Amino acid sequence: MLNTLWLIPILPFAGFLLNGLFGKRLGKGFVTAVALLASLGAAVAGTIAVVQYHAAYPTGGLHLNLVYNWIASGSIGADISFQLDPLSVVMLMVVTWVGFLIHLYSVGYMAHEDGYGRYFAYLNLFLAEMLVLILGSSYLLMFVGWEGVGLCSYLLIGFYYQTDYAPAAGKKAFIVNRIGDFGFLVAMFLMFAYFGSVDFAKVSSIAAAGGVEHWLLTAICLLLFLGAVGKSAQIPLYVWLPDAMAGPTPVSALIHAATMVTAGVYMVVRSNALFRLAPGAMMVVALIGALTALFAATIGIRQWDIKKVLAYSTVSQLGFMFIGVGVGAFTAGIFHLITHAFFKACLFLGSGSVIHAMSGEQDMRKMGGLKSKIPITYWTFAIATYAIAGFPPFAGFFSKDEILASALNNPYFPKPFSWLIWSLGTVAAFCTAYYMYRLVYLTFFGNFRGTHEQEHHLHESPASMTIPLIILAALSAVGGALLGWPHHHFLAAWLKPIFPEIGGAPEAQYEISPNIEYALMLVSSAIAVIGWWIARTRFRDRGLEADDQFARNMPAVARGMENKWYVDEAYGATIVRPLEGLSQFLWRGIDALIDGTLAIVGYIVAAIGDLLRFFQTGNVRNYALMFFLGVIVFIWVLA
Amino acid sequence: MIPTHWFLILSAILFTIGVCGVLTRKNGITIFMCIELMVNAVNLTFVAYARQFHQLHGLIFVFFVMAIAAAEAAVGLAIFISLFHHRHTIDVDEANLMRW
Repeated sequence: MLNTLWLIPILPFAGFLLNGLFGKRLGKGFVTAVALLASLGAAVAGTIAVVQYHAAYPTGGLHLNLVYNWIASGSIGADISFQLDPLSVVMLMVVTWVGFLIHLYSVGYMAHEDGYGRYFAYLNLFLAEMLVLILGSSYLLMFVGWEGVGLCSYLLIGFYYQTDYAPAAGKKAFIVNRIGDFGFLVAMFLMFAYFGSVDFAKVSSIAAAGGVEHWLLTAICLLLFLGAVGKSAQIPLYVWLPDAMAGPTPVSALIHAATMVTAGVYMVVRSNALFRLAPGAMMVVALIGALTALFAATIGIRQWDIKKVLAYSTVSQLGFMFIGVGVGAFTAGIFHLITHAFFKACLFLGSGSVIHAMSGEQDMRKMGGLKSKIPITYWTFAIATYAIAGFPPFAGFFSKDEILASALNNPYFPKPFSWLIWSLGTVAAFCTAYYMYRLVYLTFFGNFRGTHEQEHHLHESPASMTIPLIILAALSAVGGALLGWPHHHFLAAWLKPIFPEIGGAPEAQYEISPNIEYALMLVSSAIAVIGWWIARTRFRDRGLEADDQFARNMPAVARGMENKWYVDEAYGATIVRPLEGLSQFLWRGIDALIDGTLAIVGYIVAAIGDLLRFFQTGNVRNYALMFFLGVIVFIWVLA
Repeated sequence: MIPTHWFLILSAILFTIGVCGVLTRKNGITIFMCIELMVNAVNLTFVAYARQFHQLHGLIFVFFVMAIAAAEAAVGLAIFISLFHHRHTIDVDEANLMRW
């Protein structure tokens, strides 16, 4: 398996081709079988590869699998080459197995939808592209996967293409991501120009060897981070992710929570050698992450669409991951990426199960009291909520706590800046607990607020949907403790080989003194409990009344949160509409001017032609006469 | 020996007759023959000068001109046959499709 790593992405790609080309003709059974086998095949092949990798490299080296020389041009070149190292292994396991669970869930969720084959074709394509992204051994191949998942994201957001909002949301996602891709591309150009290569290993070793100018490293890091900001939905480019909820719910779980949006975090960790040498860029990363974490969390407090709350929560949690990688705690960032993949996938799939039970209703104001009607969904959702809110010993507690502890104790930044990042993160963590329990209490407690018909129709989801929920809930419960128990940190030991020794830069895995760590753990737990308690007192019995009270007491804040702080409107006024105006001007003004000028030239030529055509008498002797006169004039001039 | 300018005068007369024929006649074949007349007037000039300067260049040129005139005759006659097929005439005034 190690020398045929390309098989792993090829399997789902084959599934995409089969379902895309023949799915419609061969029916649902065929589509289901192909899609599940393709994703399961990738997961099993990946697992075999990981086992063999671990046997071959017990201390965690870099395994390269060259497929062929892609570009060879003078001194620069690029290969299609896949790699396994501890970081790829982690991503591979998360992406393939969570991906398979979500494929399985989709079989139940999409059963009654049109475009079943199209859906699974795109989903398989997504898996293939994501695997190229995480297995590629150079920035260029990563970029191929990066664009591929972007395409699938666009296609799946716009899956319900008959509506008017879904295609618009897809376009928005695609266009906003272009801005980030611009950064990624320019970063690659800089690497080609100054390092002569875009291979991870080469770039990393060139940077680690020292002697690279500081401005260059900072520029590359900031440009790479611009790419991450687009793909991972950070301020200022996060606006596409909430709109992306227009896609089917399993897509939100797979692409817009568990895998694709975390690609930015993966990329920053992959470039850790560059980032550690550019503390200025790391400051930007940490600050953007912290601001995003808090900002998105405040919006999540006052949304009523169950998926919108989760979308803002995803943006916020991605912010936490960037705090982690920004303060140099790359392990913690990846740790949170993994636990987030578990609990957020579980939450999204759970919300899908709720929506399924509610016959497509997403508005929490119409829900309530669902706890007894859909118990499996409720319990799995509750466990995932414990995890995201940071209750010990659930998964999110360990990873979030590690990030916040590292933020306060990092060796890169001056103390006041570390405190700023930590306090922003802690307030965001409080908001997280609060809005998640608000969601739980509004959805599962109180009285049912929907129509009689919806109430009559309420039902628990089929097994293909509940089994992934149960597995993911179990992982959300114990995943954190298994992977990252403080001071017995499995993940830290596993990832150690991907952080090269760099003279002059601090260790990538720095120690935090146990006393501070336990104190901070206490603070984190307290924050989570307080957030939960406030949400409980407000929403458990009174439900929506508490929201109304909030709006009465602080109308300006409530309206701001409800309207997402008017960011979309601000972008519309400052960027979208001026651009539209400029385009209109270019189209109606400049374009018309150029066209008009050309048209006038055309009219003049036509008019001259109208005069000259009288010379075409149709009389041969006339032509001959002209000919002779011409010859005479010619000779006259020559003589 | 006959002086060269006599040849030249004869050549000029022949050429002028040819030009007048091309400009005034309607019959395609006649126009064609007039063109041949012009070509041969030029040939006569070549030959006359070749004799005066005792050089072969002029004579060789004449061969080329004759060969090309033969080729031109073949093409020209083909055109007129085709014209006759379509119009049942070789009056060039009748061939005025391209007129304004």
